Amino acid sequence: MVSVDSLARSYRSRKLLERLLLVGATAFLLIFVAAQRGGFRSLWRLLRDAVLSLPAFVQDTATYFMEAPTEQIALSLGVGAAFGLLATLLYARRLSATPAPRPAHWKWIAAGAGALAGGLGGQILMVPTRHCTYAPAASSAEFRLGLFVTALSALLLLVPLWTLLRQAAQQTRERPTGMFKGRALPYLLLSPTMLFLALFLYYPTVQVMLVSLKQRIFPLPQERFACMQNYLSLAEDTVYRNSFSATLYITVFVVLISLSVALGMAVLAAQKVRGAAVYRTLLVWPYAISPVVTGVIFLSIFREGGTGILNWALDGLFGLEVRWLTDRQLAPWVIIASAVWNLLGFNILFYIAGLQNIPTDLLEAASLDGAGRFRRFWRITFPLLAPYTLFLLITNVTYSFYGIYGVVDTLTPEGGPRFGPGGESGATNVLIFKLYRDAFNTGAPAGLGAAQAVMLFLMVAALVVVQFGYLDRRVTYEG
Amino acid sequence: MARRRPRYGVHLGLILACLVLAAPALYALQVATLTLEEAFAVPPKLFPPSTDLGNNVHSLFEGQHFGRLIGNTFTVALAVVIGKTLFSMLAGLAFVYFSFPGKWALFFIVLLTLLMPTELILVPLSGLIAELQWVKEYPQLALTMPFMASAVGVFLFRQHFSNIPREMVEAAQLDGAGPLVFLFAVLLPMSWNVIGAHAIIQFISMWHQYAWPIFLQLSPRDQLIQVGVRNSVISGTQTDFGLLMAAGVVASIPPLVFFLLLQRQFVSGFALTRDK
Repeated sequence: MVSVDSLARSYRSRKLLERLLLVGATAFLLIFVAAQRGGFRSLWRLLRDAVLSLPAFVQDTATYFMEAPTEQIALSLGVGAAFGLLATLLYARRLSATPAPRPAHWKWIAAGAGALAGGLGGQILMVPTRHCTYAPAASSAEFRLGLFVTALSALLLLVPLWTLLRQAAQQTRERPTGMFKGRALPYLLLSPTMLFLALFLYYPTVQVMLVSLKQRIFPLPQERFACMQNYLSLAEDTVYRNSFSATLYITVFVVLISLSVALGMAVLAAQKVRGAAVYRTLLVWPYAISPVVTGVIFLSIFREGGTGILNWALDGLFGLEVRWLTDRQLAPWVIIASAVWNLLGFNILFYIAGLQNIPTDLLEAASLDGAGRFRRFWRITFPLLAPYTLFLLITNVTYSFYGIYGVVDTLTPEGGPRFGPGGESGATNVLIFKLYRDAFNTGAPAGLGAAQAVMLFLMVAALVVVQFGYLDRRVTYEG
Repeated sequence: MARRRPRYGVHLGLILACLVLAAPALYALQVATLTLEEAFAVPPKLFPPSTDLGNNVHSLFEGQHFGRLIGNTFTVALAVVIGKTLFSMLAGLAFVYFSFPGKWALFFIVLLTLLMPTELILVPLSGLIAELQWVKEYPQLALTMPFMASAVGVFLFRQHFSNIPREMVEAAQLDGAGPLVFLFAVLLPMSWNVIGAHAIIQFISMWHQYAWPIFLQLSPRDQLIQVGVRNSVISGTQTDFGLLMAAGVVASIPPLVFFLLLQRQFVSGFALTRDK
């Protein structure tokens, strides 16, 4: 029996703990800032200079539009507007299923707004490229790339427009009550986040994009504007292509294996057996192990020669001597095994959470209807886990694209067994590994490295957008 | 239902799963106790543990200043956890409890940063840090400031706050509470689960930072622990696996403890588990 007294005591001790945490965190933050206060001076100077250079930036952009060749701007405006018009019409068609009082020709009004947003939005990324892909001198490959970039850029304004359209379609939305008053306060509250995002995410991202358009003039250190040349030469580079396929290969298997194994283990761990909590803890802890430590552990397991445990066992049992890390076919699989092990804990954690959220009455009803265990799993459990699977899919793909660097760097510090012309490709030379290695290599052209970064960025960005599209739809049609 | 007897099959499966997952780590623990010669012995010494664990750990702390590296990493991780939580909660408060011009545009600007992973901008970012002259004098600013804000944190708190009944804020306003009082007196006590979940992801992701401190080219004493682990591979002519595994074990203990302590919060704090 729990007495009122002990409840009150535990409540009080909880309050005490919370207060202690709060005081401790505040004290830590204050000491941290005080110890580093000198460093904020240069930050402050940089911000001031950035704000002061804003008028010059606006003026530069204005002069650019005055002086740039009109046909190229007109062409890019037209492409953006056409894309915006078509895409918005398609989106409006999807929305027309929802009943809402709307003006008669609302679709055409929306499409007009879409054309405007697309045309203007297209300019956002076109200015840094100086509309070079629409120049008469541009090759057809550059022109096609330019169309893609314009469409992408148009989306920067089109997506907010579509959000507005969707909100207008949901007429039942009541306005939330209980808003605080204050004109400046919300901006003040947002200012730290906005400041850090602008300075440490937006600014470097823009820089990467700008650098990716430049090429070194050998042997001079200067760089010149090169339009899309870096991207085109990446597409033709065998080493890059090999890195690309190595990344895809490793990603596909890491994601498939880690998700399915984690699901299996989570189904076991979600059973109501004695000691379930202990089992759960023993299943999820690898999440706390870093990629570097994972790589180091697997290095000692897979190391070649008689002293590696795996090869020693294989030698004793079958007389095999496997070249795990120097064989072109096997090295990616060592990486895959390490990555899967590293990811399993995280995946199991979320799958257990998902399984606990599945209403048991649904499963019981199905079992009364005579549905077998496997049928129940595939028809009820698995579809209901879809949001979790999607979330884990994204995180696992992100891990396989970026996080895997620590694993690759410890297991195959040279990028794995060499192959290809001149032995320049590596079997585990995945894109992020190649990107960092090129960056550390001071002789490598910066523009090419930046173009690689932008390519990687686009690949994962596409996935994130797909995720949001899915979540969006779910929210829309469930309400 | 008649299924009350112990389910041995499930137990067997779970024990097997736990063992398979633990095997690499158990092996690492064993190797961490070996001397250089023992680590290269044939057949491998699998049991019992040898005596060299203390020695290995000692030489990590003496020769490769692991104590300092762990201290650095801990400070950096804690600073990011606290700073990010604070900023994200403030942003969440602004997005949920205020209406102001440009709200959706600002939200979209935050949303867009989901597409900009720090991993891909390390080159210009390290240029920016060099411009700020932080590498030599303020390495901890260089290691923390780029991670002080993120879309994930803002989303987590925004979603959590929007799920809290509006009666709360109305009652607080009737009592004359301002937004900051409301945040600390009402929202904060209701947010510990989310704060815990957020703290775990941030702490662990900071503890695992590896590429960024390498890009910064910090002096060895200012480095983070993962770089220390990596460097213990190349410290000699022949990799001392005993030392290396000891490094891995030592580097994994703090995040493991942190994670196991807050495990419960981690699951219950995520919006994914509650959005029904």
